[in-house]
Amino acid sequence: MIDFNNIKKSFNNNNVLCGVNLKVKLAQSMVIIGGSGTGKSVLIKTALGLIKPDSGKIFVDGVDVNQTKNNQFLERFGMLFQGGALFDSLPVWKNVAFRLQRGNQKRPKDEAREIAIQKLRRVGLGPSVADKYPAELSGGMQKRVSLARAIATDPEIIFFDEPTTGLDPIMSGVINELIREIVVELGVTAMTITHDMTSVMAIADQVAMLHDGKIQWCGSRSDLTNSGNAYVDQFVNGSVEGPIKTIR
Amino acid sequence: MSLFKIVADIGRFFLQFLISTGKVSIFAGQTFSYITRPPFYFREIITNIFNIGYLSIPVVGLTATFTGAALALQIYSGGSRFNATEVVPQIVAIGMVRELGPVLVGLMISARVTSSIAAELATMKVTEQIDALVTLSTNPMKYLIMPRVLAGILTGPILVLVADSLGVFGGFLVSTQSLGFNPTNYILSTVHFLTAADILSSLVKGAAFGLIATLMGCYFGVNSTHGAQGVGRATKSSVQAAAVLILAINFLLTALLFTA
Ligand SMILES: Nc1ncnc2c1ncn2[C@@H]1O[C@H](COP(=O)(O)OP(=O)(O)O)[C@@H](O)[C@H]1O
Ligand SMILES: [Mg+2]
Repeated sequence: MIDFNNIKKSFNNNNVLCGVNLKVKLAQSMVIIGGSGTGKSVLIKTALGLIKPDSGKIFVDGVDVNQTKNNQFLERFGMLFQGGALFDSLPVWKNVAFRLQRGNQKRPKDEAREIAIQKLRRVGLGPSVADKYPAELSGGMQKRVSLARAIATDPEIIFFDEPTTGLDPIMSGVINELIREIVVELGVTAMTITHDMTSVMAIADQVAMLHDGKIQWCGSRSDLTNSGNAYVDQFVNGSVEGPIKTIR
Repeated sequence: MSLFKIVADIGRFFLQFLISTGKVSIFAGQTFSYITRPPFYFREIITNIFNIGYLSIPVVGLTATFTGAALALQIYSGGSRFNATEVVPQIVAIGMVRELGPVLVGLMISARVTSSIAAELATMKVTEQIDALVTLSTNPMKYLIMPRVLAGILTGPILVLVADSLGVFGGFLVSTQSLGFNPTNYILSTVHFLTAADILSSLVKGAAFGLIATLMGCYFGVNSTHGAQGVGRATKSSVQAAAVLILAINFLLTALLFTA
């Protein structure tokens, strides 16, 4: 479904991705783990064509991402940005319904608003936030609005960049369940970045660990605790000792 | 030694200038290519016409009125040195319409519009809102930039018309209230003196300056990097570039339109 083929990317002299190979299967939930600054967000952005890799190719359904005419292609994707990336000039419901108000997926205004409110409810937000502006919401609420926007048109492939960061444990649980539901019930292909081991256990079919610009390990969730991989063990146990350097 | 450094610096500056000119030209070309290609975001276009044009009227009107008034006083006192005080209406009219009206509009919208476009787009860039637009199948060039530039081109001439009229009106007020001109004669002198070409040139300049002001705001906004500091830098650079370009293009247009 999504096939990262030897992706390399550096910014100035900072080699972020040094040959990433990764396959995500249809209707599967792939979770990417790895320390902060290892290039997880950059990797996801290359899949959407937001960042062009220096070399390597990404295929979605066999189509080279950087060769397609973007808009039609992007209608199949949803993306939750790490920072939310809500449009602060638009009220919450218009953010969620952004795609439903223009382009090929345009609906009548009432219907678009209705869908927006329904999606907001799915991420645990009541209709009262619909007419607020993003700046009036807390960080965690903004994140959830952004999540509602990502799933508003029921896309086939969704990227979640740290969906539960900044949420309380109960809300994290709600979001984990939502992502799992989306994958299982709607057959969506999901790629999620997270640091949160509870999320990993709740969301993942497959887990990949990114470190030093490469996928160090990739396997199913059940193998995570007995991976036999030093990087994974250190990350899962949160230990200071191991191959991942902790500068203090 | 230091001479080499100066030459090297000049060379580097010149190269940088050429590179920037090239980049801006490509950016402008892309923007124009979207003016004729759907989808069109009419709501965005209308909103921007309102923000850029309508909301600029007060500041443009005030600056033009005061400038016209001061111009009348200067021409009167200068003219009195060789008994030519009666040319006040004509010189105010030609000064405002051909030069000061368009230039004032250009500089005022650089201050008001260029800065706000640059700051807004740069903030959208650093908070990934522009990336988010792309993932929501919306082309930022069409959705954010084309409406702003189009609004600049369309409202520039209208703002210039406002500035020209109120500038002449400022001169009229001072001349009739404190310099002893007859109101009817003042108006007749102005109307008879101005030609259609004067006014047309004014409008052409207005459209050009509207384009420059909005284009610079967009260009520096979407190319901003490095967080909050980058937003500040984008805003500053955009206003500088817009103001300098407007004055330079004003000179070129004047040379082109009036020395033939
Ligand atoms: N647009 C950019 N320009 C320069 N460097 C960048 C850019 N985006 C990311 N980086 C760098 O790439 C590295 C990985 O970033 P990122 O993918 O955001 O990390 P994370 O794994 O925490 O999501 C960081 O060192 C970051 O500084
Ligand atoms: Mg990240």
